[in-house]
Amino acid sequence: MTQALSKYRICDFTGQLAGAGATKWLGVFGAEIIRIEDPVREGRWDILRGANPFVDERRGINLGGAFNNHNVNKYGITLNLRKPKAKEMLKEIIRQSDVVSENFSAGVLKKWGFGYDELKAIKPDIIYVSNCGFGHTGPYHEYRTWGPIVQAISGLTFTSALPNQQSAGWGYSYMDHTGGYYMAMAIMLALLHREQTGEGQWVDLSCTEAAVTLNGPALLDWSVNRKSVRETGVNANRSQFIPMAPHGIYPCSGDDHWIAISCRTDVDWQQLASLIDATWTRGFDKEDSRLENQDELDQQLGSWTREWNKFELQDALRERGVPAAAVQKPSERIEEDPTTHAWGLWPSVDHTEIGKVRVDGQPVHFSKTDWQVTKAGPCLGEDNIEVFGRLLDMAKDEVQQLQEEGVI
Amino acid sequence: MSALTGIRVVELANERIAFAGKLLGDMGADVILVEPPAGDPSRQYPPWLDDEPGENRSLWFWHYNTSKRGITLDLDTGTGKEKFLALVATADILIESEPTTRLANLGLDYADLTRKRKDLIHLAITPYGRNETASDQPETDLTLMAAGGPPWSCGYDDHSLPPVRGWGNQAYHTGCHFAVMSALTALLYRKASGEGQFIDISITAALNVTTEAGSYNWLVNQSTVQRQTGRHAAVNPTAETQIRCADGRYVNTGVLLRQPEQYRNLYSWIESLGLLNELPESVFIEMGANWEGPFDLAQIGTNDTLTAIVQAGRDALRLIASRVSAYDFFIRVQNIGLAAGIIYSPEEVFEDKHFKARGFQVPIHHDDIDRTVTYPGAPYKLPASPWRISRRAPHLGEHNNELFDGD
Repeated sequence: MTQALSKYRICDFTGQLAGAGATKWLGVFGAEIIRIEDPVREGRWDILRGANPFVDERRGINLGGAFNNHNVNKYGITLNLRKPKAKEMLKEIIRQSDVVSENFSAGVLKKWGFGYDELKAIKPDIIYVSNCGFGHTGPYHEYRTWGPIVQAISGLTFTSALPNQQSAGWGYSYMDHTGGYYMAMAIMLALLHREQTGEGQWVDLSCTEAAVTLNGPALLDWSVNRKSVRETGVNANRSQFIPMAPHGIYPCSGDDHWIAISCRTDVDWQQLASLIDATWTRGFDKEDSRLENQDELDQQLGSWTREWNKFELQDALRERGVPAAAVQKPSERIEEDPTTHAWGLWPSVDHTEIGKVRVDGQPVHFSKTDWQVTKAGPCLGEDNIEVFGRLLDMAKDEVQQLQEEGVI
Repeated sequence: MSALTGIRVVELANERIAFAGKLLGDMGADVILVEPPAGDPSRQYPPWLDDEPGENRSLWFWHYNTSKRGITLDLDTGTGKEKFLALVATADILIESEPTTRLANLGLDYADLTRKRKDLIHLAITPYGRNETASDQPETDLTLMAAGGPPWSCGYDDHSLPPVRGWGNQAYHTGCHFAVMSALTALLYRKASGEGQFIDISITAALNVTTEAGSYNWLVNQSTVQRQTGRHAAVNPTAETQIRCADGRYVNTGVLLRQPEQYRNLYSWIESLGLLNELPESVFIEMGANWEGPFDLAQIGTNDTLTAIVQAGRDALRLIASRVSAYDFFIRVQNIGLAAGIIYSPEEVFEDKHFKARGFQVPIHHDDIDRTVTYPGAPYKLPASPWRISRRAPHLGEHNNELFDGD
């Protein structure tokens, strides 16, 4: 099948998830991703390289399951940029690339001699996309972040909480995923601009800024009405603005099984009440009384849902037109949910050292140029011979010589 | 010139996809929001301008519909269909979140539309994809999140408390992020080939692949992460990273310290605060400062020394936090080269000096009420093709005349 982005080459310094997730998208749509790692530190700048999860008891820098997940369809090469020869090789790769991408702390690439000015001198229309916590300007630009810190600063941790509790936050790096999505958008927006005008540019992506935009209408409620979320408090499972009640996550039978239920209207409530079939529901027939007495409503409803199997209740409510969904655990989403299987959401790759393993696919299907996962995440320097041969016209023994000299 | 100048997007109004239209519009696309004559229901969503409900006063609608023009069409009538087809003939992209069979029943699905516009890029964003009847079941942001996986990983150490769904319409946002990435990918392909295409986007699938370890721990070795307070859900319990400071507010200390320099800086900070005597484990901080070779985090739990060093680092941060305010902790920890963050509420980060200095607060004049409203700014800075809110959200049918020449 034709590939949507096969005319583009990315000189890619990204790692972790916030950066690697961006170039994963471009890679599965056919862009050639040349992922560059430091041989001296064995690529450990990317903490996922040798980290959990592992398929078996083996450990090592090539065996990290998350690294493999985020780096499919990429070529892996090593360059020791402390050596002048490696810098020369990098320059030639940049000369042949459309984009240089990285998610180091601000200024790291510049310190190595590859800031935007230098990149432009190598290739005048280069697109440089940097993704760091606070961007390259402003009082905090030197500060470091990880996903959870981006989430903390941006308000997203605060608004994921139950009453009378500290913030629950997000139990994973939502903003590493999402920072990667914005980085992919930024790269493609800059490519579209270059296609129109011939101009490159430096895109300064601040992951916390992208995160702050995700607070939704709450920021306008502040800037216009001076409504403070800190003052009003958070019950994240309730509807934030639209008047809906009940609206929450309720216990079901068994250990740690839950269901989400939302009643958008009186009709939804009547349908739910008819299934409950108990006199207590009558006190909640009016939306106002449901909204005003939500604590009591949630308690009553929770005692009723507790007797149900979550999937049976989900089906019974959906049949009545009431929005409901079991809180699915990973095994249920991945192994039992027919919709993820029909989608082909969990493709497999054959990793050189790990073996056969499944990875996250993409939640989209293109009718003409769909994504394809064709290559597992690279072992450290796995594609040196192929990439240096193809781009720099180096013979295999020349590449091996460079490895002995510690250049790659 | 913005990156999407000259690209026309037709958006069939639906709260699930309004954010995608905004993202495209704010990058310069000419986005035309098509609503039924009664208006999209999200025009009736709070919060309200000055807390008073009324026409064109929904801040929800304002937020999600910047940089769009608005028209009304009744797609169930012959005239409505004709006008829609005429509009699509001028469009590059259609984004819609209609029930799965509705457009086909109206004779307005991709196959019909490409007769009017051969290279159309048609994005259908639905709860489970275009081929699933589940997509037509009722849903809200909350129920999509539950089905798609995020809440399983979010919540508290105490599992008698329910899983938590973060606020802000993140299920819709996540679907919209994939819609925009798809639109841009398809535009680049169209530049190269001249071809448009149909793109099917599933919001729950998008959530399924936006859960980090929730999915890949299962995919790799069939282990299940368990939710924990204020930190990553994990297969085996991990130490707390969310710390209460002297002012009662919280900070997040992120991942483990993994460089000798970080331990050196931490040691001098404790020393300068006169807290060395209160930290018996400070010897391990010193060991961390003098550690040679890589910090192999995979050895935590098996290598006793490394485990003790990492634990001592955490204990030291906790001790310091008990003596300073959350904001001071954030600033001082960052100033010694460690990652940490204060837990801000949305309005606090909006008012923070760093974000203001970068121009994140964007004033937009509303001509209709003669007031200037401050909006959140750009998610990315493209100096050669800048993000810009080109206009306030449209009134219902505001551009009917402009686009349909007087009908």
